[in-house]
This record gives sequence, C-alpha cells and structure tokens, in this order.
Amino acid sequence: MVVTLDAELLDIALRSLRVTLTALVIACAIALPLAAMLAVRRYRWRRATIAVLNALMGLPPVVVGLIVYILLSRSGPLGALGLLFTPTAMIIAQVIIIVPLIASIAHQSLRDLWAEYHDLLISMNVTQSQKVRTLLWDARRALLTAALAGFGRGIGEVGAIMIVGGNIDNVTRVLTTAIALETGKGQFALALALGFILIALAISVNLIIHWMGQTEQESRW
Amino acid sequence: MIRFLSVWAFALLVGSAAMADSQMRMAVTTSFHNSGLADVLLPEIQADTGIEVQLLIVGTGQALKLGEAGDVDAILVHSRTAEDAFIAAGFGTHRREIMYNDFVFIGPSSDPAGIAQAQTATAALEGIAQSGATFVSRGDDSGTHKKELSLWAQTDVSAFGPWYNAAGAGMGAALNIASGLDAYIMSDRASWLNFGNKGNLDLLFAGDPVLFNQYAYLPVNPALHDHVKADLTAQLETWLTSQKAADLINGYTIDGEGLFVFNAQ
Repeated sequence: MVVTLDAELLDIALRSLRVTLTALVIACAIALPLAAMLAVRRYRWRRATIAVLNALMGLPPVVVGLIVYILLSRSGPLGALGLLFTPTAMIIAQVIIIVPLIASIAHQSLRDLWAEYHDLLISMNVTQSQKVRTLLWDARRALLTAALAGFGRGIGEVGAIMIVGGNIDNVTRVLTTAIALETGKGQFALALALGFILIALAISVNLIIHWMGQTEQESRW
Repeated sequence: MIRFLSVWAFALLVGSAAMADSQMRMAVTTSFHNSGLADVLLPEIQADTGIEVQLLIVGTGQALKLGEAGDVDAILVHSRTAEDAFIAAGFGTHRREIMYNDFVFIGPSSDPAGIAQAQTATAALEGIAQSGATFVSRGDDSGTHKKELSLWAQTDVSAFGPWYNAAGAGMGAALNIASGLDAYIMSDRASWLNFGNKGNLDLLFAGDPVLFNQYAYLPVNPALHDHVKADLTAQLETWLTSQKAADLINGYTIDGEGLFVFNAQ
C-alpha cells in the first residue's frame, strides 16, 4: 500500500520535515539565547521564570492548538492574516510547544557550564552578550541534544497541528495527521506503515545531525 | 547554515500566507470524506472549473462553527435543524440540497438485541436498550450524533444506562471503538462500507425512511466575511448541481453498492 502511494507519501513526509525543521530553527533562535540569559543574568524573577519554563515542558499540545486556533481564526484577533489552516499556523503551534522544552534542557547544561566558566569570564571582564555567545558556542553539543529533543516532540505531535492545520490533503497533511486519519478509517495496516516511516524519518534526522555535528569524535571536546 | 535556514523559514512564512485565487476551503463531514466520494469529485471539479477545493474534515457541529467564524468558504453537511439555524442566523446565504445516503445500524453478528428482525429504527433502538447490549454513540455533536439523538428521542427509552458509551469521536474512530467492544453503533452507510476494521461487526438494520441522510451545501455569507470567495462558492454550487455531478454521485459504488443518491433541484 505504501509503495503505491509513493508520490503522495513523499510529499507528506517532506511536509512533516519542513514544518518541524522550520519550527525547530525558529524555536532554537528563541530558546537558546533565552536559556543562556537565564544562566548568566541574575534578576528577581529568574527562579520563577525557570520554574514556569520547566512546567511548560508539559504543555498539552491540544491546548496550544486551541489557543493558536482562536488567535488565528477569521473572527480572532489575528484573523486578518488568513493564516489558519496553513503550514505557517502549524509552525507557530509547534514553536510554542517546543520552545519551553529546548530552553529548559539547554538551560540545564548551560548552567553547569556557567559554573565552570564564571570566574574566568568575570575576570576577563567580558560583556553580557559575549558571555552568552561563549556559553552557547562551548555548549553547542549539549544544545544539539536540546534541539533534537525539540525536534522529536515536534515531529511526533498531532493534537495541535490537527486543530490549526486542519489536515487538508496536499496542504497541511503531515505524517501524524495522516496516521490519525487512516486509523479513523480503520486502515490499520496503512496507518502503521506511515508510523514506521515517521520513526525512520526521526531516526535518520537524528543520525544526520549527529554526523554533521561529529558528536562522537573523541578528539573534539 | 543558520542564514540559509532563516531565509528558508521566512520564505515559507510569506509563501504560505497568501492563498491562490482559485483555491477555496470547504468544511465537510467525516462521513462524507470517509465514503471516498471526495476523491472522485475533487479532481473533476478542478478539471472543469479550475477550482482547487481544500477539504477540512470535521463533524457537522465544527463545520458550522468554521462557517460562522469565516474560516471556510462553504460547508457540506447533513443536519437539517442545525443548517436551518445557521441560515436563519445569517451565517450562510442559502442551503442547497445535493444528495442523500442513509444511516444503518451496525452490531455484533450474533445480534444479542435481535435488531435484525425489528420493523422500525425506533424498535431496533428500543431492543438495544432493553437487552442492555453495549452501544457506542459518536457523542461529538456531529450530524450523525444529532440524528442518533433524535431517533432516541422517539423511543420509550428515558435514560441511558452504562451500556451507552458516548465516544466523542469521528465516525471512523467510533467504529473502531464499536469493533473493539463488540457493540452496536449507528453509522452512515458510506463510512461503514469503506471501514477497514469490521472485525465481528455486521450491518444489521437499514431501510427505515427515517434513516434518510440529506447532504446540503451552504455557502458562507460574504457580507459577514469579505474574504469569503463568493464567486468560487457559486461556481462550485453550479457544478455540484450539474448533470455531470449527478452522474458521478449516482455512479459511485463500493463493492457494487451505490452509496449516494443525487437529488439537487
């Protein structure tokens, strides 16, 4: 069955990848500097921010979906943009879901690194932004793990993108929503096959990123 | 790398924000989509009119809500009372009947409630209630759910016992639950014929005229939402009520069984 669906299947798989990777890039751009700031700066609500961020790791995707849906609906505050039921809406929802996760994991490792670097960087009298950049660069391998965790949560997510994407054929149908649809039709074999493709996709992306980042080389770090 | 990715992300954001002029969105019921008829009609619609119809597959309740909010251009649903209320409130311009299929009662092949011998749909439901056999309801405010509730209202059953399970799920998901529980369920014929996980279930009762399931097309009122593509919804309506649509709808079969009867005026 999966063999005959080739072109359409490829399309769906690529859309899954495109949506989640885009969401991942945006989420990292928000979450990593945020995590570094939380590690470096000391301000009054820092602990509360970290606690909230940790709690938001468990944010129910379906609630995020509902909130994004209400915001983007034509009768909602951002309705004029016409973004509901587009891949963009799905990206927005995924960004909201994975930012707390990436930020929390990244903060954890940056905090440990900061404990090591603190005296050195303070004695060198570097600026706040230099500290952030140094931390982010030197912790890049740990941050990769944070990003991959975010990717994993994004690519396997169905509740939110079903609501804001609408599972429209050829537009917003991705692997997870296709699996939900085929399960609904009682086509378990096809749904399962799609599931294996999703797993294979997640594994290959992880392998490629690890290979690109050369994480397993002894000589580096 | 980062720069390349951010350009890519930006292009995607901008690119997907705009919708082409020949695209419109229509909310349809799960039962319509599960029948597979959409896969026959949509390519023909695109070939004849150039309109790319994007389907949102939801329950009737949600379809009407999407129409109210202006998130879709038209809806194709099957729940007369709710449709009339939708038109009366001014959310849609008018209601056009397109076709009908029918609801059927599905249950375990051993038929512990004996509904296969029932004379009417009401009697069949009363049989299920009396025998206390497990029954699965959609419970999702869809057209099928509303129909089921209206049928229960005609029976002498005053309260549902633990045998009544409101699934809160679409037709396919509810059928999966019924299949797992070996339970009775009301389904539209199309979803049942296309359902791939029949298990121990069988079609036990059908044919009562009250089980008639009329589908109607309702364009969303462009006066309320100026982004609604009124010209496209009008073109689509003309096509859906054409002789070609009639031939395609009447000629659509699964396992040699016709599913829909075209009855647009």
